[in-house]
Amino acid sequence: MTFMRPAFLALLALAFCVSSPTSFAKPAPELVLQLATGDNDAKVAALYAIAGSADPEALPILEALRDDTLKSLGGKQAIIYDGETAIDAITGAKLAKVPDELEDVISNNRVTLALEGALAALDLISPDKATRLAAVKRLQDSANPAILPLLDKALSVETDAQIIKLLRLTQAAAQLQHADKTVRLAAIATLGASGEPNAKQLLAALLDKEDGKFKETDESIRVAAQHGINAINSHLKLGEALGGLFTGISLGSILLLAALGLAITYGLMGVINMAHGELIMVGAYATFAVQNLIHTHAPGLFEFYPLIAIPVAFCASALIGVLMERLVIRFLYGRPLETLLATWGISLILIQLVRTLFGAQNVMVENPAWLSGGIQVMGNLILPYNRLAIIAFAVMVVAGMGLILTRTRLGLFVRAVTQNRQMASCVGVATPRVDTIAFGLGSGIAGLAGCALSQIGNVGPELGQSYIIDSFMVVVLGGVGQLAGTVYAALGLGILNKLLEGFAGAVLAKIAVLVFIIVFIQKRPQGLFAMKGRFVDN
Amino acid sequence: MNKTLTSRLFGPKAWIALSAFALLALVIVPILNLAVPEGNALHISTYWVTLIGKIMCYAIVALAMDLVWGYTGILSLGHSIFFALGGYGMGMYLMRAIGREGNYQSDLPDFMVFLNWKSLPWYWQGTEHFLYAMLLVVLVPGLLAFIFGYFAFRSRIKGVYFSIITQAMTYAAMLLFFRNETGFGGNNGFTDFKRILGFPITAPETRIVLFSLTAAALIGFLLLGRFIVTSKLGRVLAAIRDAESRVMFSGYNPLPYKLFIWTLSAVICAIAGALYVPQVGIINPGEMSPANSIEIAIWTAVGGRGTLIGPLIGAGLINGVKSWFTVAFPEYWLYFLGLIFILVTLWLPRGVVGQIQSYFSKQEKRA
Amino acid sequence: MNAAVTDKKAGLPISGAESAFDRAVGLERPVDITRLDTSHKVILYLEAITVSFDGFKAINNLNLTIDRGELRSIIGPNGAGKTTMMDVITGKTRPSAGTAFFGQTIDLTKLNEAQIAHAGIGRKFQKPTVFEELTVFENLELAMKTDKGIWSSLFFKLSDEARSKIEQKLELIRLKEQAHRPAGLLSHGQKQWLEIGMLLMQEPLLLLLDEPAAGMTDEETERSGELFLELAGDYTLVVVEHDMDFIKQISARNGRVTCLHEGSVLAEGSLEQVQNDERVIEVYLGR
Repeated sequence: MTFMRPAFLALLALAFCVSSPTSFAKPAPELVLQLATGDNDAKVAALYAIAGSADPEALPILEALRDDTLKSLGGKQAIIYDGETAIDAITGAKLAKVPDELEDVISNNRVTLALEGALAALDLISPDKATRLAAVKRLQDSANPAILPLLDKALSVETDAQIIKLLRLTQAAAQLQHADKTVRLAAIATLGASGEPNAKQLLAALLDKEDGKFKETDESIRVAAQHGINAINSHLKLGEALGGLFTGISLGSILLLAALGLAITYGLMGVINMAHGELIMVGAYATFAVQNLIHTHAPGLFEFYPLIAIPVAFCASALIGVLMERLVIRFLYGRPLETLLATWGISLILIQLVRTLFGAQNVMVENPAWLSGGIQVMGNLILPYNRLAIIAFAVMVVAGMGLILTRTRLGLFVRAVTQNRQMASCVGVATPRVDTIAFGLGSGIAGLAGCALSQIGNVGPELGQSYIIDSFMVVVLGGVGQLAGTVYAALGLGILNKLLEGFAGAVLAKIAVLVFIIVFIQKRPQGLFAMKGRFVDN
Repeated sequence: MNKTLTSRLFGPKAWIALSAFALLALVIVPILNLAVPEGNALHISTYWVTLIGKIMCYAIVALAMDLVWGYTGILSLGHSIFFALGGYGMGMYLMRAIGREGNYQSDLPDFMVFLNWKSLPWYWQGTEHFLYAMLLVVLVPGLLAFIFGYFAFRSRIKGVYFSIITQAMTYAAMLLFFRNETGFGGNNGFTDFKRILGFPITAPETRIVLFSLTAAALIGFLLLGRFIVTSKLGRVLAAIRDAESRVMFSGYNPLPYKLFIWTLSAVICAIAGALYVPQVGIINPGEMSPANSIEIAIWTAVGGRGTLIGPLIGAGLINGVKSWFTVAFPEYWLYFLGLIFILVTLWLPRGVVGQIQSYFSKQEKRA
Repeated sequence: MNAAVTDKKAGLPISGAESAFDRAVGLERPVDITRLDTSHKVILYLEAITVSFDGFKAINNLNLTIDRGELRSIIGPNGAGKTTMMDVITGKTRPSAGTAFFGQTIDLTKLNEAQIAHAGIGRKFQKPTVFEELTVFENLELAMKTDKGIWSSLFFKLSDEARSKIEQKLELIRLKEQAHRPAGLLSHGQKQWLEIGMLLMQEPLLLLLDEPAAGMTDEETERSGELFLELAGDYTLVVVEHDMDFIKQISARNGRVTCLHEGSVLAEGSLEQVQNDERVIEVYLGR
């Protein structure tokens, strides 16, 4: 279909040339008759005329032509016959009886193209907003002066701001070759201000050379076009930069979610939990399970399954975390290297357990409709809803965790145990219980991260392995025991990683980031936010 | 005089055991494999020779790990990178030794032809010479360890921090070697070797020579390790493990000590890797995975840290069980390995040999 | 003034502690302790030292001089900056301002811990730190003043002379019986003694002792007091202690006492003078 497009638009343009821009009446009977009975040339001419009139009432007739339900009755009457009833296409009156001698209307390729153009033009004034939007987008790419009258007409009745904007851009594009220089300059200014990549192409075409000479002879036009291009370029750069920033923040929010749980278990409690990644994986699989259950038992709730999965993922990972703490980790407090090995063993078991239960292959976790798609902010900047949701989710989790740590008794106990275990125990804090709950909390947050990750990436038994190192890097870089440090480190690493990816590709960027962290820790062994003082070494 | 735990392990009995092992590995196994005909009850098949040769390579790695972790308290989660680099060094030579017998009959290794490369990258130059390749086997991992260690130890990164950073380093290296553009065969690594120093690589005689070399290396490194840990340097290392600040305030700069043992350990690992590749016939980036590095730690822990001999036993035990398990019940291997990690850290913190030692010292006290 | 520069000026060979490997590593700038210049009788100068942690000044404009051969007691309430001061002298903490000189020429703020130890400053920690897995004998052997580069450690042979030195110290610290037991099995007080023994093996010129009597029995405490008095003169000792009876014992022979408070010197003089100082009383008894 694509290759036909220029031809189709040219024909469409032609149609508007011959059309009268003011008539808004019903389609003239002779045009309708021509469609049904005329030869190909006559049909094309009639289609152009109808398109130019932009009369919505012509739509059923055009559709009938498209659907092959428009018939000719003895070369004198146009009839729409859908297999049951026959209607006079001109008067709209229903025929008492279906005539026997209806003839099919034969259209050649040229007619088909003209028909499509006419339908698109009519779409521009369709009462349905989405149809109009689609139509103007179709026209936008290769606008032509011929469609100006139609655009004028559409603009005069259009109320939707987005469509008006697109119409104006299309109009400006079409006006580039206008006879009036002031109109051209205005059009160039409009395009320049738009910031759209395709507007840039249109303006660049004005600077084309042929045999070493500019095709465009008017220098002031060329200067204006160059200004316009510059304006668009800077706009595009801004878009790119913002896009990079957004993906960086998005990656940062993912890293943050992955690392937050670790910031509690490692940062506050000093437990090296190598199974942290697997707790994330458990959260993702919990989401998968919720998705499947809802899909089979309550399909009506499918749109909301991620919301239901959030608490489930939290509880699943928290439960495993509590079991880990009770059964293994509590015997290893103060022996970080042993904890590292034991939790690595746990991670192996969890991976194999998931393989046994769900299979070794990746599983499908679908986005509900409200998490698919995205907002188009600029010509080259789309913000996907799932990424936006994860950023918002990360903000909420950080805020929630901050509140728990600073405003609740549990948080007070956790901070107390972190700072001075013996003293906390002396003043009556049940330190083992606090340890268990805090570990469960950190694990639960890993589950939340898994729930979020399931919305943007593959879910498989090895999911956690790819996050564990990144998570540790975030916590180490941020400074152990520093929640704020974790946030800054996650965002910083996310943005830095995406920035470097632009230059060096994903793998080298990742290596560069790791090298950066190693060098950074040279300078500041305690991380971004150092705990200073005489207790640091102990 | 100074009857430390280590010196007891290397009493006269231990020397006898070591000599017996040398006799077994260097004389008896070759005879049983080559001279005793197949079908005879005493015949040792080439499969077993290769398997035991492979496990001895792992044992060397575990020994290297014990020097840094057991004796100096530095838990490296990056030792697989040194092992793999040594393997890649040997692999480069073996790839060049294929000559024009590859699938594409080119002077270049097959994967380069596949990538449409026209000439060898600079770092491949000279690798057709065996001695130069062996120099790379030692120098590249050694230099990497030295530079990395210098920066890490200089800024006094220790304990878990150090472990995590080494793990990150391994991870980065693995990603790098997975890329085709890096020039080491990407995903598939090196394989389909044909000959080593002109000898066909799959011939039983070649296998036995490689096997004996591995056994000799194992004995050599064990003696070197013993010399180091029983010297005053070994005691300084143990002192660094127990109280690094006291070591500094006693006038020792821990940096060169740590750097020495760290670099030595990396080089030992690399040599093990170089011995491993011709016996196993393949090297790929999977060897560098962080998971492999942690497994090395568990071999050491199972056998007993800081005992030199324990890690050898640990590596043998776990890998022996692994090769049986992965054939008999492959889907349960990870459960088993995971449980080993947990149970050893919880109930056998000193490992098998450590446990036996403390049993004997209790007996001695009673006596 | 920098120790390394003066070494060059004097054209003396650098001490044997530096091996080629150490040089490659680039950190060992040994200090020749035979050249410690105490011509003005002073062995340690701390001038206007300030150490701040996140804005909190653990040490605030501290000035202190210690004469060679002196036995100086340092007292002060918790948080007065006593341990931080030792950290500064031994290179564990860098001051944010001020200078610390060992003798006339050695700038301590430019050396690392090992270099400072090599220059002749020994330190005993508040919490006894010994090498728990090594035997008592080995602990002393490691501390012994000798070439501490790695190659000489690798090929080290214990000479008879060194062995008798170690045995002499074992006798002094009364751990001869325990010589071949792991140090981790010693009692708290024995560990304190072992650490003191290790300090003496280093043959330092200046000993910094952080609460040496903590965890010792009364008898042991008294005996360490006697030992310190014996050592004073040949060695210079700086003792931080809370136990006032112990201070009384060790400052008996014209020993000077310094009272620190909030990171600076509150009072200095004989024990009697300090004890009768209005401000000291106020600090200890509350206002």
